[in-house]
Amino acid sequence: MSFALRAGETLGLVGESGSGKTTTCMSIVGLLPRAARIVGGSVLFEGEELTTKSQRELRAIRGRRIAMILQDPMASLNPLFTIFRQVAEPAFFHQRLRGRSLRSRVQHLLKAVRIPSPEWRMREYPHQMSGGMRQRIVGAIALAGGPSLVIADEPTTNLDVTIQAQYLDLLKDIQRETGVALIFVTHNLGIVAKMCDRVAVMYAGKIVEQAPVRELFDDPKHPYTRALLGSVPKLGNKDPLYAIPGQPPNLASLPSGCAFHPRCPEALPRCADEEPIDFHPGAGHAARCWRLDEHAAASHGRSHS
Amino acid sequence: MRLAPPMSIRSRREAPLAAVVILAALVLVAIFADLLAPHDPTLPVPGANVFDPPFWMEGGSTAAPLGTDFQARDILSRLIYGTRVSLIVGLMGTLVAGAIGTLMGILSGYIGGWVDQVIMRVTDAWLALPAIVFAIFLAAMIGPSMWNIIVILGAVYWTRYARVIRGEVLTLREREFVKLAEIAGASKLRIIKRHILPNVANTAMVLASLTVGVVIIAEASLSFLGVGVPPPQPAWGLMLSEARPTLLAGQWWLTVFPGVCILLIVLATQLFGDWLRVKLDPQQRNL
Amino acid sequence: MAAFIARRILYSVVTLVILSGTIFLIVRLTGDPVLLMAEAGASTEDLARIRQQWGLDRSWAVQYVTFMQNALTGELGKSFNYRLPVSELYFQRLPNSLQLGLFATLISLLIGVPAGIVSAVKVNTWWDSIAKGVALLGLSIPGFWLGLVLILVFSVSLRWLPTSGAGDWRHVLMPAVALGWYFAASMLRLTRSSMLEVLGSEYIKLARLKGLPDVVVIAMHAFKNALIPVFTLAGVNLVVMVNAAVIIEVIFAWPGIGRLLYEGIFQRDFPLVQGVVILAGFMIVGINLVVDIAYAVIDPRIRLTR
Repeated sequence: MSFALRAGETLGLVGESGSGKTTTCMSIVGLLPRAARIVGGSVLFEGEELTTKSQRELRAIRGRRIAMILQDPMASLNPLFTIFRQVAEPAFFHQRLRGRSLRSRVQHLLKAVRIPSPEWRMREYPHQMSGGMRQRIVGAIALAGGPSLVIADEPTTNLDVTIQAQYLDLLKDIQRETGVALIFVTHNLGIVAKMCDRVAVMYAGKIVEQAPVRELFDDPKHPYTRALLGSVPKLGNKDPLYAIPGQPPNLASLPSGCAFHPRCPEALPRCADEEPIDFHPGAGHAARCWRLDEHAAASHGRSHS
Repeated sequence: MRLAPPMSIRSRREAPLAAVVILAALVLVAIFADLLAPHDPTLPVPGANVFDPPFWMEGGSTAAPLGTDFQARDILSRLIYGTRVSLIVGLMGTLVAGAIGTLMGILSGYIGGWVDQVIMRVTDAWLALPAIVFAIFLAAMIGPSMWNIIVILGAVYWTRYARVIRGEVLTLREREFVKLAEIAGASKLRIIKRHILPNVANTAMVLASLTVGVVIIAEASLSFLGVGVPPPQPAWGLMLSEARPTLLAGQWWLTVFPGVCILLIVLATQLFGDWLRVKLDPQQRNL
Repeated sequence: MAAFIARRILYSVVTLVILSGTIFLIVRLTGDPVLLMAEAGASTEDLARIRQQWGLDRSWAVQYVTFMQNALTGELGKSFNYRLPVSELYFQRLPNSLQLGLFATLISLLIGVPAGIVSAVKVNTWWDSIAKGVALLGLSIPGFWLGLVLILVFSVSLRWLPTSGAGDWRHVLMPAVALGWYFAASMLRLTRSSMLEVLGSEYIKLARLKGLPDVVVIAMHAFKNALIPVFTLAGVNLVVMVNAAVIIEVIFAWPGIGRLLYEGIFQRDFPLVQGVVILAGFMIVGINLVVDIAYAVIDPRIRLTR
């Protein structure tokens, strides 16, 4: 799979749960569980290859140049440490800030995520704060090392809707101020429409379609993307919601050919045996589906490269 | 970038061979003690002295291969017969504890209300005393005999079953098949017999396998203190107790061999229990 | 919070009433202590006098109520044998038992905590297997037998340590190892599972994502969280050890509470046995109450769910 993004840009990574979104994110920063490993491909970050780096080198990148906001911000704060300490850690270890400069850095960060009276709040413990507040703290931690890329893994799933909207606005504001690139992992297409410049749709561990956000919504090329879009409720639409039949496949035992073919309403015979390659139906638009292979309609049975 | 599929976790662990072999051997030894033991465990070996060392040491003889005790009795024969005592007490004691505990747990969890309150308060009270202190106390009060010890250890160790089984029953009670049976008008007794009991059986088995070792050590402790299996019966704990006066004289074989036997049997049951827990309880709840 | 504490205290009181009632009943169901106290051939008048003197002529219910009334004022009856109040004997022995218990706790922590941490950090490696083996042996080797073997090795063969009695650190070393051994295994298991749970938590994931060195992640973030339950268990274990070290104290002739109980049993000194057992129950119910309340104070989630 491949995707690229520039400074200040936001990429949305969408897919059903279990499609490998989180694993992809963790593999970028080299923190995969023991059972998983990267078998091929590359991660290029600011011109550097990350997959070949040692854990030691990666540690210098994590938190400093690439930061992450986790799925459950409520659980990602250590209950026994003060807010100050947790926000300060990246700046302490990466920028080697100490004493007063560290204090003012933390205050600045907390102000940036709209925590009221930071000099007071930073002495408190996580359980003394509300859910929305804790989540903004997690945001401050992500910014603490001054990263150029922040990966946000479903950061709003556990929040109620109004706080969700506030948080998304906050992230956008911060992005505008700092020019940080953002990878936004979600299964919520509404958030994608609101937040992202580009979208990559994942299915069974692979990106099956990638396009600028408007184009993807207006002219989805992959049947899976169409199915996803069809399952979003729209106001005023009386049509019944389209649900994708079947279950997402188990990543340990993928179907042959195109992984989506058992659930695909438009599957061709070749989809069961041949893994589709990338097609480029438009500028900056890529999709992996044999349906796009017009030229294959004529010359059938060409093996993929 | 491509990712490898997650490694499949070892889905089925094989039974621990060593543990099964040791357990099977010990069971056979207990059953065929009469055939295997070279001497009567309660009578002196003819021609042997007291405190003869094992055969490979100076002064030892193959008549009493592991030596003799303070009454010139054959240690090997006493160990062989002691297997019987340990296994009987371990298994029967666990059975008594399991029967009381499972019954209490089911009553407590299924009937609920004041029955639950009473049983749980009693459980709390039992757990407030260290099991071994409670057992020593009961054994001292009731008097030593193998069957008394079985009842006493059962009466001490049932509480763990009751707690765990109760928790299990509380979730079972909310399951559809129990609800359906209730709606269909099945009696409580029938529901307990048909639906609750079979579903807690696995848990009870795992608990039992992990309790046997504890009970065996408890029996040895009681016998060692002189409130367990009474002499001249050959129980390992009792042998250790009889060996104590000779400890300082360096007659180590009297102390080492019975202890190794206890260690082996408990180790084997623990290994087996661990395996059974993983096999019967894939979620590995903490029992 | 107040309701929570009140309920906990009520449960503890109920527990103690059931416990003391059970003990009281068992003691009286299993034989007439007066016959043991009187000299052989004592007349019925003598027996009646002893009975009256010890209050044994009244009904069990009355005896129990009197006993509980006295217990609440710290008076647990008088030992037949020593002719001294049970509580006085108990507290006389307590410092010895406490010393032994503290050393044993220290040993169990020194073995269990580092092994548990290594085992969790290096989960499913050789280190983990070794630690699991140690835990298994801890549960399988009877502590009193370990004590006997220690005496064989260090007193009889090597002549390094004294076999029995209380004195300086050399006296306490072997009984503390024999007593702490079993508890080390439970410490190891708890440390391991607690560390594994914490290491799998989101805040440890975030700590790693911050790019912190592994040492900081494990020693600062994980350790602190994982050790709360471990030290709680150590505290509870200490109270158990103080009251339950009967065999170890007998083997090493350690003048503690366990030996007091043992002596009481063999002299059929039932006020002593009853008193010591009930005091042990009081201590353990007490420490559990303290732990429950302390947890509720520290962790607001417990208050809500229980």
